[in-house]
Amino acid sequence: MSAATVAARETTAHTIATGKSRDRTPGSLIFLIALWLSLFFGIAVLTVLLVDTAIKGLPRMDGNLLTEYDSTLFPEKHGFRAGILGSIWLMLGTALFTVPLGIAAATYLEEFADNKKWYNRIIEINIQNLAAVPAIVYGILALGVMGLFGLADGLVIGGILALSLLTLPIIIITTREALRAVPSEIRQGSLALGATVWQTTWRNSLPSAVPGIATGTILGLSRAIGEAAPLVMVGIFVSVRFDPASLTDMASALPIQIYGLASNSQEAYQQAANAAIIVLLLMVLGLNALAIFIRNKFQRSW
Amino acid sequence: MPNPPATVTIRKGGDDDGHVGSLAQVHQEAERELPDLPPNPVMEAIDLNVFYGDFHAVHDVKLSFGKNEITALIGPSGCGKSTVLRCLNRMNDLVAGARVEGQVTYHGQDIYARGVDPIMVRTHIGMVFQKPNPFPKSIYDNIAYGPRVTGMKVDKMDDVVEEALRGAALWDEVKDKLKQSAYGLSGGQQQRLCIARTIATKPDVILMDEPCSALDPIATSRIEDLMLELREQYTIIIVTHNMQQAARVSDRTAFFTAKPDETTGNRTGLLVEYNLTNKLFSNPNDKRTEDYISGRFG
Repeated sequence: MSAATVAARETTAHTIATGKSRDRTPGSLIFLIALWLSLFFGIAVLTVLLVDTAIKGLPRMDGNLLTEYDSTLFPEKHGFRAGILGSIWLMLGTALFTVPLGIAAATYLEEFADNKKWYNRIIEINIQNLAAVPAIVYGILALGVMGLFGLADGLVIGGILALSLLTLPIIIITTREALRAVPSEIRQGSLALGATVWQTTWRNSLPSAVPGIATGTILGLSRAIGEAAPLVMVGIFVSVRFDPASLTDMASALPIQIYGLASNSQEAYQQAANAAIIVLLLMVLGLNALAIFIRNKFQRSW
Repeated sequence: MPNPPATVTIRKGGDDDGHVGSLAQVHQEAERELPDLPPNPVMEAIDLNVFYGDFHAVHDVKLSFGKNEITALIGPSGCGKSTVLRCLNRMNDLVAGARVEGQVTYHGQDIYARGVDPIMVRTHIGMVFQKPNPFPKSIYDNIAYGPRVTGMKVDKMDDVVEEALRGAALWDEVKDKLKQSAYGLSGGQQQRLCIARTIATKPDVILMDEPCSALDPIATSRIEDLMLELREQYTIIIVTHNMQQAARVSDRTAFFTAKPDETTGNRTGLLVEYNLTNKLFSNPNDKRTEDYISGRFG
């Protein structure tokens, strides 16, 4: 009888005799409790934050909040129409700009680039680093570019530029991860049938990576929609009293409006700010839900 | 952990238990009268050397593959047999740092010559891999993939799909679920699907890289039957770790071994013996072949 068999039999005999599993020793229980506490801490903070915001903001969740512009005279009629529309403009513009660009860049790096070449290595390292750059730095960069073209502060295009710079590295990195998760056997199988690298990428790798790409893209966008810092840099306005209609219109954004109200000590404005946070959270949660839906719908296993 | 039990019995040398004799016996079904060397080889490897960077992977291989024959490449792990196989349809081009010296000819044309498009080479010389690798698409789209990407002139794709699936002895099992995902099939069915996918592009030669190593014995035997059927139309070259399998299906067998370099210790693969399967198993010319097939080494 081998040592392993002996050990297994002893364990079984011990469990039967005492009715206790070795998985329930004091040491392992303490460890388990520590794990639970860590989890509890994270969830507790989030819950307190959400509940607090909800209590303060819910009384102002009315039609005015969504349909009215901001008002300095009638706090109870203060609305976030400009901010919500501005955020939607920024998000759609960012998506249109970054999704094709990000996927194309990632596809080149993952499927076509020879990663032994020094210039491809430099590009790779830089993209990794870009994802860790503080958001406000992108704001400064976007501001510089806007100035270069002689464009004014606070335009939709400026916000889109800043948020795109912020989102692009995230989309590139997640798309590369998704492409890398496609087994190389699939590519080899395609190439062995006489397909070109381009056909293999277009017909096999990219379709297989769609769930990962979509999830990463949406998560990147939902991070961008909540950003205020880069938008402050490009001068997105706290208060705009018309709907943006083109890329060169002045615009506001929801996070900026919330930020603008935070310094206002009137109770009614604090309430409105909390209500706006709920709206922003709902937009972000909606995007995340979409990401989860896409991931589950197209999920496949190899 | 204290001493694990010895569950592996090492075979003694010699043929006391009739091991080698059984190899010759299982070969009988596949056996045919063939000349000593392929008279009109479809493919030939002439002084083939393969390098991965500085590493010399395969040394001076000379082989010729006869039309409508099955040639098995056998040998211990790391002897370069898969490398040689991948050179035959330029799949090694995809490995960074791989370099091929010497010639590989297909109907007399060097496929490594300047101006030869590896994509074209692969449409004539198909490949089946170790692990079944169907695409994450429907069974139908898996088969139609090759003809579509190569721009084959096709009258009716449905007929091409049916013909390929019949050719791979899979039609009756899947004809009612052509639009379903290929991942719903069993491992053996997936591998036959991969074979069907390969023959749909009407290749001349089919390379198989240990096609049964991920399959159970029943699925393996179906693939082996299929190979003997496909032999009538195609030239098949198969890498296998399983000597029984080489004996069961192949007409000719090439035995490779690995020789460590004296200074670096890197193991370079070389061809030891190439002969009719019957002769190689019953009466090997080389001591190393004899040692390997009788289980004294490898």
